[in-house]
Amino acid sequence: MSMGSSTKVSSSALDIERIRKDFPILKRRIHGKPLVYLDNAATTQKPQQVLDALAHYYEEDNANIHRGVYQLSTAATEKYDTARQKVSSFINARASHEIIFTRNSTESINLVAQSFGRSNVSTDDEIVITHMEHHSNIVPWQLLCEQTGAQLRVAPIDDRGQLKLDELERLINSRTKLVSLVHLSNSLGTINPVAEIVQIAHQNDVPVLVDGSQAAYHMPLDMQSLDCDFYVFTGHKLYGPTGIGVLYGREALLEKMPPYQGGGDMISSVTFDKTTYAELPNKFEAGTPHIAGVVGLGAAVDYINSIGFDRIMSHEQDLLTYGTTELSAVPGLQLIGTADRKASILSFVLKGVHPHDVGTIVDTEGVAIRTGHHCTQPVMERFRVPATVRASVAMYNTRDEIDVLVRALFKVREMFPI
Amino acid sequence: MNDLRELYQEVILDHNKQPRNFGKLEQANCHAEGYNPLCGDRLNIWMNFNGDVIADVNFLGSGCAISTASASLMTDAVKGKTIDEAQKLCERFKDMITSDTEELDSVELGKLVVFAGVREYPARVKCASLAWHTLLAAFKDNNQIATTE
Repeated sequence: MSMGSSTKVSSSALDIERIRKDFPILKRRIHGKPLVYLDNAATTQKPQQVLDALAHYYEEDNANIHRGVYQLSTAATEKYDTARQKVSSFINARASHEIIFTRNSTESINLVAQSFGRSNVSTDDEIVITHMEHHSNIVPWQLLCEQTGAQLRVAPIDDRGQLKLDELERLINSRTKLVSLVHLSNSLGTINPVAEIVQIAHQNDVPVLVDGSQAAYHMPLDMQSLDCDFYVFTGHKLYGPTGIGVLYGREALLEKMPPYQGGGDMISSVTFDKTTYAELPNKFEAGTPHIAGVVGLGAAVDYINSIGFDRIMSHEQDLLTYGTTELSAVPGLQLIGTADRKASILSFVLKGVHPHDVGTIVDTEGVAIRTGHHCTQPVMERFRVPATVRASVAMYNTRDEIDVLVRALFKVREMFPI
Repeated sequence: MNDLRELYQEVILDHNKQPRNFGKLEQANCHAEGYNPLCGDRLNIWMNFNGDVIADVNFLGSGCAISTASASLMTDAVKGKTIDEAQKLCERFKDMITSDTEELDSVELGKLVVFAGVREYPARVKCASLAWHTLLAAFKDNNQIATTE
């Protein structure tokens, strides 16, 4: 793994101007103003390196994988397999066949719910999640509970948006079949102590799934030190293409799990009497996969590695600190989610103004932020707000952009005085 | 901010701040709940009739300025109208906020023309139409939740 290009960056600081040049969309103007893109928790923008990899794949290497004996198919297969190895090293998995490609985090969770869940969970068993989960880590388990008669247990959070660890621990018992929780909350920014939770769960022989959709682009991931059993994330939040997601699973568990979907490429042999399934990872990748997406994801991983998470994290933490201070100057602004361990997600409400009005007004200043419940309605209910405004920061954002946001919020205040 | 003022007209800001006909109507002839799954806004409408004339109409709910003002101005506009007239007005209103070519019938729409600017903001059309969807549902009063989808 190459960590950072030291040729252009002499210090450990992030070369923000160089990075911004890598993202063509950042040159766009919205309503005549420079785009200030602060909706990275929804999806991140794509660097030229990823766009080039996609174009190059279709222009030079396109063929179906695992099929032909001809050179082009071999080249496509090689690219696909190489990208899997890149993703495997990116999260420090033990082996690349522990990486399963899916459409997105949602599909990864559904795969585990239906494959692992249906073969391990039965009536009166329990699945433990937390109050800060995205709908994608709630609904698949509700479906599983409906199918099996199992119960969903929800670990509460405190007023700052932090998980109540002791209560989570109390929920784990002999009926618990899985703990599934988010690594980094998309609506609060909270970073959960995943390694500690995994330890608690493992003491009770309970496997843990971690939803890393947000964590994957904010912090380095190490499956060996986290020691979780499943980890899911998605390419499009990782500066990669849409439509490509990842499920990491511990080999021993994946081996025991039945296939999620049946079709081509996931079999070893098919007769009308009996079909035998392919080895990992193919067992879980039925049909022609999103080959270009996988290649693009590999390029995104290369890109992140070339910058280095040490630089990315210190830059984003600086923007979080700066943004938190600057936002507090806006009259009537209340942050939702003020955990001790937090990533660069600033969720807030403005007294007397609905988030959608905020969103429309700041958009006219070129600022793209998310307004709504962020697919975490239970979190909104917990904080008794219908919705929040969310500014989420990625590696290419700047202090100047935070200033533009804050000035735009003062304009909102002008129109909606307290 | 000129463009924005097209959307957030004074009348809208005023009705958002002080919504008219706001609060539950006890002993109503009919009621409906509206829901916009996109933003989670909920809104309730109650009505009383005198024959087929809307004698009284109230709403309760929390939403953005556009949806609150739309509900407020709507209740003002349909009070005293027959169900048929209110349904026609609803059609005019929907045309106004969704169509580029539609000529504004400012006589028929009255104060509601302040929502003409919404058509420039496609993401906000549902905010303006939630109250009207709910009104139509209340006419049927079939206890179904009206949604903007």
